[in-house]
Amino acid sequence: MPPAITAEGLVKRYGDVVALDGMDLSVPEGTVFGLLGPNGAGKTTTARILTTLLKPDAGRATVAGFDVVAEAPRLRAHIGACGQYAAVDDHLTGAENLEMVGRLYHLGTRSSRRRARELLERFDLTGAADRPVRGYSGGMRRRLDLAGALVADPPVLFLDEPTTGLDPRARASLWDVIAGLVAGGTTVLLTTQYLEEADRLADTIAVVDHGRVIALGTADELKDDLGGDRVEVAVTDAAGLEAVRRALAPLAAGEMRVDAAALRLTVPVGDGAASLTAALGRLAAEGVTVRDAGLRRPTLDEVFLTLTGHRSGELVTAEEEAR
Amino acid sequence: MNALQMTFADGATITKRNILKIRRAPDLLGGVITLPIVFVLLFAYVFGSMIELPGMSYAEYLIPGVFVQSIVMGAQITGYTLTQDLQKGIFDRFRTLPMAPSAVLVGQTVGDIVMNVTSIVTMALMGLIVGWRIHTAPHEAVLGFLLLLLFAYAFSWVNATVALALRKPEVFNNIVTILSMPLVFLSNAYVDTTRLPEPLQTVAEWNPVSVVIQAARELFGNTSAAMPAPDAWPLQHAVPAALLWSLLLLAVFAPLAVRLYGRAVSR
Repeated sequence: MPPAITAEGLVKRYGDVVALDGMDLSVPEGTVFGLLGPNGAGKTTTARILTTLLKPDAGRATVAGFDVVAEAPRLRAHIGACGQYAAVDDHLTGAENLEMVGRLYHLGTRSSRRRARELLERFDLTGAADRPVRGYSGGMRRRLDLAGALVADPPVLFLDEPTTGLDPRARASLWDVIAGLVAGGTTVLLTTQYLEEADRLADTIAVVDHGRVIALGTADELKDDLGGDRVEVAVTDAAGLEAVRRALAPLAAGEMRVDAAALRLTVPVGDGAASLTAALGRLAAEGVTVRDAGLRRPTLDEVFLTLTGHRSGELVTAEEEAR
Repeated sequence: MNALQMTFADGATITKRNILKIRRAPDLLGGVITLPIVFVLLFAYVFGSMIELPGMSYAEYLIPGVFVQSIVMGAQITGYTLTQDLQKGIFDRFRTLPMAPSAVLVGQTVGDIVMNVTSIVTMALMGLIVGWRIHTAPHEAVLGFLLLLLFAYAFSWVNATVALALRKPEVFNNIVTILSMPLVFLSNAYVDTTRLPEPLQTVAEWNPVSVVIQAARELFGNTSAAMPAPDAWPLQHAVPAALLWSLLLLAVFAPLAVRLYGRAVSR
């Protein structure tokens, strides 16, 4: 079966800023592909090219077998897209928004109306269906936006940072909705800056930096590359920091990171919870006073530090600058 | 569905959206109603009390000018709404849908006809209150109103083009006001163009605003034998010239706006 989405050497420049620098992708049908990276890495630019909103300066891409430039009008009947700014009309009600989208997909008046009601129910918006969107919460708007992308039941779906700016509860509920969709066999391209989100939803993750893919694999593969979990210890003074470093050095599976300002030390460890128990035992044996200690997963920052040698927060935000 | 059917069907869908928006955001409609009321009262009573015309009242002369001025100023709403939509994500959604590329602008401008009808009716009523009268046969008067509406529609496209070129609501408001002012005041709306120095006189005589005002005056019978139309072709043949101007504006600005729309949203 041919891939649902392909991209070869996509390049996009905004003046001197290179937003995409040879982006290659191949997404098999029926899978969820996560584009993970910080702001300005080129995720949104990629999504905008694949959804025909932007033309690439070089390279080519296909979605559902159609070329994104030459066959853009025909391609649009086969995709659904929702962006990071909820694309809904404030003055229309939830139902009117979805009916309008249905009619613009040329589903006909009756089917558009029926489809709108179905989706409102599925996204738990029935109670608000006939209220103008102006009064919706952020989470409700995102759910309506996502519903809009699904009106034509498209085989390929693009979700550009679907949960950015949402509170943790709204994010978790949107994740459940997306996970449900994916079970239905739709091909999804998801962009996100949250490792946890990619981890939760994507079959394959491409880590993106400076407009190109720098690592590709499943969530587990990427994390294994990073050396697994981290034990993090906070102390009360600088002397304690040194004592902790000495006590935990034998457990470190990689380079320890010492944050002198925050009086905090991070140790990559091999086997999760057992390593935390061992670490606490060693600290007790050495008589070191600890303010806080815990086990956590690698963060996106650490993925970047490992893969690129620089932290994600320090990246130039090309897309933001270009806007 | 072929391309033409799609343009109509999608244009109708977006028109419906824009009419719903007008109903739900009464502030826009409020502006469309208050602007002409203020113009009519201000010009009729401030200037009307000072200016004497041979053979007719100043109100009769003035009201067709106020009609066209309100149309030119009111058309800013088309552009302003577009620049506001550009700031939000809704155009991105439209652009990923398999719809006609012209539909958003067709829907916007056709929806704004509702605004223009409201504005023209308000002005006509205000005009009647301050002493304006129609002296022609009903079919000529109807033609007068239709001509005003056609010019308003064409001018919506002019504003749509400026809006899509400038993109930001604040910038658009500033620039379009600067552009509209000379268009309205370098015309026969309030003054006799024959008393302007050259080359201003020629500009004023060929100005589409002058032509449409002269056509409206003729179709409503707000003319006087003591004040003949200036000896310039567009003013001597005001009704066909107004029609030509409106069609010319549409022929130039509608395709231009559609092209700019495609570019404005794909950045």
